[in-house]
Order: sequence, then structure tokens, then C-alpha cells
Amino acid sequence: MNTILITTIVITVIGIIVGAGLVFTGKKFFVPVDEREAAVRECLPGNNCGACGYAGCDAMAAAIVSGEAPVNGCPVGGAPVAAKIGGIMGTDAEALERKVAFVRCKGTCEACRQQGNYVGINDCRSAALAGINLKDCDYGCMGLGSCVTVCPQHAIRLVDGVAVVNPNLCVACGLCVKTCPKGLIELVPESKHVRVQCMNRDKGPLVKKVCSAGCIGCSLCTRQCAFDAIHMDGSLAKVTYENCTQCGKCAEKCPAHVITLPCPVPAAAAEKPEEATEA
Amino acid sequence: MKSLILIMISGALINNVVLNQFLGICSFLGVSKQMKASASLGGAVIFVMTIASAVASLLYNYVLAPFGLDFMKTIVFILVIAALVQIVEMFLKKKSPAVYQALGIYLPLITTNCAVLGIALTNVQNEYNFIQSVLAGFGTAVGFTLAIVLLAGIRSRIHEEDLPRPVRGAPIVLISAALMSIAFMGFSGLSF
Repeated sequence: MNTILITTIVITVIGIIVGAGLVFTGKKFFVPVDEREAAVRECLPGNNCGACGYAGCDAMAAAIVSGEAPVNGCPVGGAPVAAKIGGIMGTDAEALERKVAFVRCKGTCEACRQQGNYVGINDCRSAALAGINLKDCDYGCMGLGSCVTVCPQHAIRLVDGVAVVNPNLCVACGLCVKTCPKGLIELVPESKHVRVQCMNRDKGPLVKKVCSAGCIGCSLCTRQCAFDAIHMDGSLAKVTYENCTQCGKCAEKCPAHVITLPCPVPAAAAEKPEEATEA
Repeated sequence: MKSLILIMISGALINNVVLNQFLGICSFLGVSKQMKASASLGGAVIFVMTIASAVASLLYNYVLAPFGLDFMKTIVFILVIAALVQIVEMFLKKKSPAVYQALGIYLPLITTNCAVLGIALTNVQNEYNFIQSVLAGFGTAVGFTLAIVLLAGIRSRIHEEDLPRPVRGAPIVLISAALMSIAFMGFSGLSF
């Protein structure tokens, strides 16, 4: 009995001393953390995706407060988060246009002929490494869906042999851009709907031979544009998004219908959000 | 003086905490992927183990032993070492941010490292006095650092090799650690 009592007392006293010591040092050596850092961290989405280029949301918050990163550096949070952080940091968030990934290929199974059957690792990168082209077009979407696998938001899916991005789900993390072995995917401003949906740089006749939906480099679109917003890059049309007013004249004239009109969301991709919420 | 040096060398090489006593294996295998990280961990271990040995020795000799509470030493040591590391961390954060940055996340990580507790208990078992305990803790921690940095070096070389598939990853690390352990057994014949 005596031993139990002594043990209890001694351990309790040690515990109290240690606890008091912790409280004391906690008060005495309190390091004021920048309040803004905690506030900024609160605004960030907190899924630590690393799309900003920092190790996680904590690191990003520290970088924003130290002025290393811009207030609109979080591609996931987009403009609302940037505005909130801008309020905390006391700087105006430069209005950051939300970007979405866009696959620059229209070569569906119908438009572009398949080159036989591919039996191998079901991954575009592996196939590209082996020098295999699944379709006649050397530039087009291979349709094996590496971007689909890599997308953390499940925003990409294959529709008729071509990857299609659902702009509603896309957070512009850029993973698919890095993954696509053909370099077909780019981040474009969401509000700019007039986009050239082809990457084939070959001359017209060659393009026509392999794909019925490819840019043949006729430059009709450049002549239609009154705003100097579409140019030829070799034999491939290219939209300068800053100048584009989305009048859609170029798209109307395009003989290959390779320029998207101001409403490009395909029905198949548009119904996606419901599925995502279920999952 | 000679016996003090012997205690340190014995802790570092002859009775190496990881390779001969098999304590602290988790961090030994877990944090030995990169040389830099393992060196930082080693630094943090040296720091914590030395202080923990000192405090545990004082506590045992002046509190636990006089009250006859020998059987409570494990619990008390855990409590005190954990609190101590916490206090040291706060102290460093305020007074020496450079050291705090260097030791980084490893400081709280090794609070619960069995090697730290193990050395505190071994010191008591060997009936070391205060100075002997501090030196034994320091020597042991140096031995841990030596072992983990060596393993990190080996692993960075192994990483570039084309290994047979079955031994890739964890197996080859365990094999390397086992070979290192056998090599360190060679020190057991060391005498002055």
C-alpha cells in the first residue's frame, strides 16, 4: 500500500512539474506565427495537390505570405480563392482567368482511320515510346487514355477514341499536359471558346489523306478575322486568345470544321458532373 | 579518463545501437533513402539522445532510486523524454531558428524512438553516473548516425543498380543492413 502511494505521489509530482514546464516554455518561447499565414492557409483548398509547385498548401501559404508566390498562385482555387487571399494580403488579386485543359484533336474513330489493332500496354506513353501510332495521323490523340488515368479530378474521358476534357471538373493542374506524349493538351482560358482543335503541322493534302477533321492550313480563318486574333503557324492555325472576341466567323468559314464554336462542350462530357458527385 | 573514452567508443562501434542491439530500426530503415535526410536525422538523434541521457540519469539517481521506484523507470523516462524534446523544440524555434530548420521534422519524430529510451534504460542498467551517462548517450547517437549515413550511402548506390526483381525495394535494404550488422560484429573483439 505504501509503495503504491509513494509511486502515485512521485509520478504525479513529476507529471505536474513536466506539465508546468511545458506550459511555461510554451508561454515564454512563444513564436508569433504570421497571422496572415494561417488565414491564407484557411482559404486554400487543402488537398495538397502540389499543382502550384510547392510541397503542399502549408508551404504555399508560407510562400504567399513571404511574397514568393503570387496571391493567385493556386490553380485549383481559382479566382474566388485568389480574391480572398488578395484581401488578406492587402493586394488586389490580378483577375486570374480560370483555365481549363483542352485536347487539340478532333480525330475520332470516324474522322481518322485506325492503323490495325493495338495489343500492348494500354497507355499512350508506352505506345509512343515504342514508336507506335494507333491512327494514321502522327499528331493526333492516341486514344489509350493516359490523361484519363492521370487526371485527379476524373475530368477527362475518351469519347469516340479521342480524349475530351470536361471544363466544369477541370482544375487546370496541368498533369495531363505533362502526360500526353503527343503534347496535344494545353491550358486555355475557360471563357475563350474559339479554339483550334488540331495539332497536325503537315501540309493540307497530307492532312486530308489521314483525317477528315484536321487543319489543312488553308488560312481562310485568318482572312475572316477582323481582330488579328488568328494566325498561321506553319500550316496550322493558331488563336491568340487575348485578341479573340469570339465572333465565331473563323469557325463558320473553316472547311474542316476544326475551329470550335462558342459552345464546345460535347453532350457526353456535359453530363459528367452528376456521375462525379455520385463517385 | 580512459574508461570514459572507452564508453563512448563502445557505444558508437562495439555495441552499435542499431546494428548490434537492434534498437531504432524503424527510423534506420525509414529515413535512410537520402543521404541528406539521414544526416539531419542523425544530428537530431545526437542532440536528443545526449540530453535525454543526462536528464534520465539525474532523474534516476536523485528521484527514482532514493524512493525505491526502480520499477517505474520506463514510464517516467518516456514521459520526461517526450516533454523534454517538446521543450527543447520550442526553445530552439525561438532562440535558434537555423538549428530548428536544420533538424526540422526529425526532432518530434524521434521523441518516441525506442533507441532514445533504450539508451536511458541501458545507462541505468550499467549503473553509470551522470558524466558516464551523457558520454554513453552521445557515443551511441554517433554510432546511430554512422550506421544510418552508411546505409543511406549504400542505398543510393543500390538504387542505380539493375537488381533481380524479387530483391528490389525493401528486401535488398534488409540484406544490406544485415551485412552491415555482420561487419559491425567485427568490432566486438576490439580491446584496449
